[in-house]
Amino acid sequence: MTSRIDTWLAAAVADAERRGLPELKPLLEALARSTEALRAAEAELRDRTGPGAPQAGAGA
Amino acid sequence: MTGPDLRRIGDIAALVRAGGVSPVDLVQGCLDQIESRPRVNAFIIVLGDRAMDEAATAEHEIRAGRWRGPLHGIPVAVKDLIDVAGTRTTSGSAVPSTEAAEDAPLVRRLRNAGAIVIGKTNLHEFAFGTTSEESAFGPVRNPLDETRSAGGSSGGSAAALAAGMCFAAVGTDTGGSIRIPSAACGTVGLKPTYAEIPMAGVVPLSTSFDHAGPMTRGVADAALLLAVMKGASHAAMPQPPRRLVLGVPGPLFCDRVEDDVAAMLARVRGALEDAGHAVLDVEIENARWTADVYLHVMLPEASAWHAPLLERHASSYSPGVRLRLEMGRYVLAEDYLRAQALRRALGAGVDRALDGCDALLLPALPMGAPPLGAATVEIAGRTEPVRGAMLRLTQLFNMTGHPSIALPGGAGRDGLPRGLQLVGRRRATGRLLAVAAAVERQISGGPGSVGGGTG
Repeated sequence: MTSRIDTWLAAAVADAERRGLPELKPLLEALARSTEALRAAEAELRDRTGPGAPQAGAGA
Repeated sequence: MTGPDLRRIGDIAALVRAGGVSPVDLVQGCLDQIESRPRVNAFIIVLGDRAMDEAATAEHEIRAGRWRGPLHGIPVAVKDLIDVAGTRTTSGSAVPSTEAAEDAPLVRRLRNAGAIVIGKTNLHEFAFGTTSEESAFGPVRNPLDETRSAGGSSGGSAAALAAGMCFAAVGTDTGGSIRIPSAACGTVGLKPTYAEIPMAGVVPLSTSFDHAGPMTRGVADAALLLAVMKGASHAAMPQPPRRLVLGVPGPLFCDRVEDDVAAMLARVRGALEDAGHAVLDVEIENARWTADVYLHVMLPEASAWHAPLLERHASSYSPGVRLRLEMGRYVLAEDYLRAQALRRALGAGVDRALDGCDALLLPALPMGAPPLGAATVEIAGRTEPVRGAMLRLTQLFNMTGHPSIALPGGAGRDGLPRGLQLVGRRRATGRLLAVAAAVERQISGGPGSVGGGTG
């Protein structure tokens, strides 16, 4: 199961605040947008190339 | 008849070997330059007395006929991310560091070839930035305009070269950290093929992307230093084809650059075509994924290495560097692995763009050196963060491992340099250097050359 980005972001922001790093929030929000784009790229590649497309963990 | 170019190692090393120039005078000249430009702040540690002693020894050895190699008596600067025996490797940080017991292998090879390490250069803290402003030792200033950044993270190395404080320097490049400052300071910087130069004794940033490489004033010097640093017996630079075929990747690489950079590229392209070379438009597939893939590999790799230091010394980091490292601790393992997998597709895209070409030709930076303190820049009508803009044209080739070199392309209307970039085929750094030497000759040599052109 793929982790949901909104759930991850809420947990990450809460953890950063608990650790006394509230200034991390905008960076984590930017990272969440980037993660969304990364997952879309993976889906696009898989759609384009079929089941033989690189899987997570295939390395580089 | 032209005399030797005393800025180039190849020429000056021959004079040193023949006894026409003293290594003591070379080292003293570099030390004088360092002393005369303190605001540039290129060095964290200057090894003045030690370098002078080594120069005197080199002079005796050469007089006695004991020539140690192609760098004998040549002053070289080393980025302070790399171990030099008897000095602390500060990484430009206030985080406590230790004194290196021995030279990094790449430094040992430089010394074995006769190089004299004149000092350790300033950098963006832990190589985690592109401007060399966030350093515990103060910002590096561009020697060509002290209100501007020297680029980064190897900003001190490029500034030292441009200001005549050394004859060559060593840098590291994880997303462009050799090529970016080279472009900002008007020097040459080579990111070789991944793993071509050993990284032992170098503080890592992102082990998947880290490269060490030479920074010089010309392509032939870069070839010479590469050969020494990789432990080869001689510089392997094959003859380039008489008619080069170069591919220009337009989308994402040449269409979002400032006007002076676009003008530089057009001038160089025109000069190459006039000389009979072919310059083709190509596309790098999937290149729009670059920044997202880069972020999800580089951040967690950097954070993993820094985790123990962050636990003990968080307040010693520059605030911006600390926050970026903390951000990396939140990247999920599944997304790190997705990004590693997508690297293959990016690499295949670069391979396809290079198919039928000797090299790719593109800018190294989408603009000239940014003002110190700038958080954003406006490029082609769009405002973007300085860091993202400076990485935009170089970081892809760290992910794919293709060799890549920055060289001066001419000046903008502000008089400051604009940088070109050439990208070669996988594991063919020697061939890339041969192409770069041919392009360098076309840009800087003889009538009709374009090196001195302005915007």
